[in-house]
Amino acid sequence: MDLSRLFQPKSIAVYGVSLTNPFHPANVIYHKNHLRYRTATYAINPRGGDLYGEPVYRSIDDVPGPVDVAVIGIRAERVPDALRECVAAGIKGAIVISGGFAETGRQDLQDEVAHISRANDVPLIGPNCLGVFSPPVLDTFFLPPERLIEIRPGGISLVSQSGGILVDLMIKLTQEGAGIARGVSIGNRAALDEVDLVRFFLDDPATTVIGLYLEGFRPGRGREFADLLERAAKPVVFMKAGRSPGGSRAVASHTASVAGDYRVLHDILGHAGALEARDEAEFVAFCEALSSTRSSVGFRNVCIVTASGGHGAVASDECQEAGLVLPTIPAEDGDRLRDELSPSIRDIASVGNPVDLTGSATDRDILASLRFLLGRQYVDGIILLLLPYLPAITPDVGARAAQIARETGKTIVAYVPHIDKYGIFIEGFQANGIPVSHTVQGAVHMAKAIARRAHP
Amino acid sequence: MKPQTAAILESCASAGWVVEPLARRILAEYGLPVTQWAWARDLEDALEAAAGVGYPLVVKVVSPRVIHKSDVGGVVVGVEDEQGLREAYRRMARLPGFEGVLLDEMADGLELIVGAKNDPQFGPVVLTGIGGTAVEIYQDVAIRMAPMSPDDAESALESLRARKLLEGFRGAPPVHRESLVDLLVRFSEMAHDLGPAVESIDLNPVFCGPERCVIADARIMLPRNQG
Repeated sequence: MDLSRLFQPKSIAVYGVSLTNPFHPANVIYHKNHLRYRTATYAINPRGGDLYGEPVYRSIDDVPGPVDVAVIGIRAERVPDALRECVAAGIKGAIVISGGFAETGRQDLQDEVAHISRANDVPLIGPNCLGVFSPPVLDTFFLPPERLIEIRPGGISLVSQSGGILVDLMIKLTQEGAGIARGVSIGNRAALDEVDLVRFFLDDPATTVIGLYLEGFRPGRGREFADLLERAAKPVVFMKAGRSPGGSRAVASHTASVAGDYRVLHDILGHAGALEARDEAEFVAFCEALSSTRSSVGFRNVCIVTASGGHGAVASDECQEAGLVLPTIPAEDGDRLRDELSPSIRDIASVGNPVDLTGSATDRDILASLRFLLGRQYVDGIILLLLPYLPAITPDVGARAAQIARETGKTIVAYVPHIDKYGIFIEGFQANGIPVSHTVQGAVHMAKAIARRAHP
Repeated sequence: MKPQTAAILESCASAGWVVEPLARRILAEYGLPVTQWAWARDLEDALEAAAGVGYPLVVKVVSPRVIHKSDVGGVVVGVEDEQGLREAYRRMARLPGFEGVLLDEMADGLELIVGAKNDPQFGPVVLTGIGGTAVEIYQDVAIRMAPMSPDDAESALESLRARKLLEGFRGAPPVHRESLVDLLVRFSEMAHDLGPAVESIDLNPVFCGPERCVIADARIMLPRNQG
């Protein structure tokens, strides 16, 4: 089944546009795509008429020109007929936004929709979902644009079993400086499910990292997903809800008691190479780190460079917990590093691991340390804890640090506090391919993600 | 599915699980190593078979109504002689559903659990971990899809928190890795072959020593709707 047109339609028809209720979800979708996207967008309502001067078509057959994708937001009982009409008109994909299917006991309607999709080889997303976000051609989220922030474009594609979580993740990734290629809310997944979409994204040139919010797989699909991951050439990050063991029939078997649904999924997907995020913060950090760095060196042996002892200590603890190794810097290397530092800090800096350059550190000291340490064989990457309020540190430090990472082929991740005020510092890193977190923990999560990609 | 296994599973469908001697026959049919054992239906049988297995031995009750043998005094470890065997036999003969005793060689080594389960999302999966009765407390296990390659088995062992125990800890000899990996791979092939015909399998303990790994207990649970 070819999903490409679902994400790249030249034209769409929106079923259910209301002539009387401007806030109907179908109206929001229609206006969004009609006014803000380059895709030809047609409104469908059996009553016909016009909406602010634009024609409303009685059926897809009245639309002038071919329609690639139908976006359906009408009452559930009427969806199968509308879908059949669309299939007859030759659509290449359908997105059913409407609820009122299996989630309200109408499994029969859902099965009918699934059957129409399969029998006609027409890919279908939903029902009961937000659908597809695929800028700049399609956005079926029925959320008014003024209620959302502008989503930053990038290489991360998201698949979510919850529309609400998907929107949250897109906003949080944007706020952290990571960019989105596509987002799909799969709803009741009557036809296409998370496995189909991840398979599509693995081949999708716009996607570099795949993020998945997962509640569970349909019977047997977990196995297919694990097999797919074994061959995956792109990083896949997932976050699983429903981790607490259910009331299982545990008494008779140790295996059944220990190997609950979540434990099985955790072990198998981890072994297959997916990266599990325990919460939203990890999810965002993992996706951001994996979408902005390409180094194949990995990130197991970490050196922490800081201008504050406390930040270094916190990062050390987090690294230990994340299973990252903090190699000891040999004394002779410590002495050589000290020689590279400004005379004003040479005697007060600490050249262990963490390297603490103190509050008097300058850009030059930071850059000299990065260059020296990334040149050591026992260091794979650096967690740089940057405190932009220190007087001798400038916004140039990010771009210059990135240059050193490029030259050495190794990885730097950065922590910079207080996003708004230090935007220019952060952009210096991010615009040059160094991921930045606004928490120390987040920076360590990023290092962990990169380490896991290289040594699964 | 292998023929003898299919027949055993069918015969146990109404009980909902497979008693240990029959489970051992299934394991043997799939080429898995089990401890020396014999199933004796009466005391005379038992006394005769004990000579073959060799003292000291473990005596376990065989009863389709006793799943948790040790909870009801259905296991006696370290039976040294005929006298001990007679006593153990007499006590067990009073247990409900008594179908004889299983005489089992006393094995030793590191206790592992190897298990399988037919998972709704992932199909047959294999669990490998630190065994014994405290499995649920430590939960030091790794789960992989069946069948496993030798690399999968190695990765499961490597991911255990207590993996150092396998390598020989505080002077103990390391376990025979090759036979452990071989056991895991063969067992995973069996779990894959059985698929939804079983609900779960516990091999607990599997004794791993410097020379061999051997299964010392087996319990196979069948799906409830079967039969």
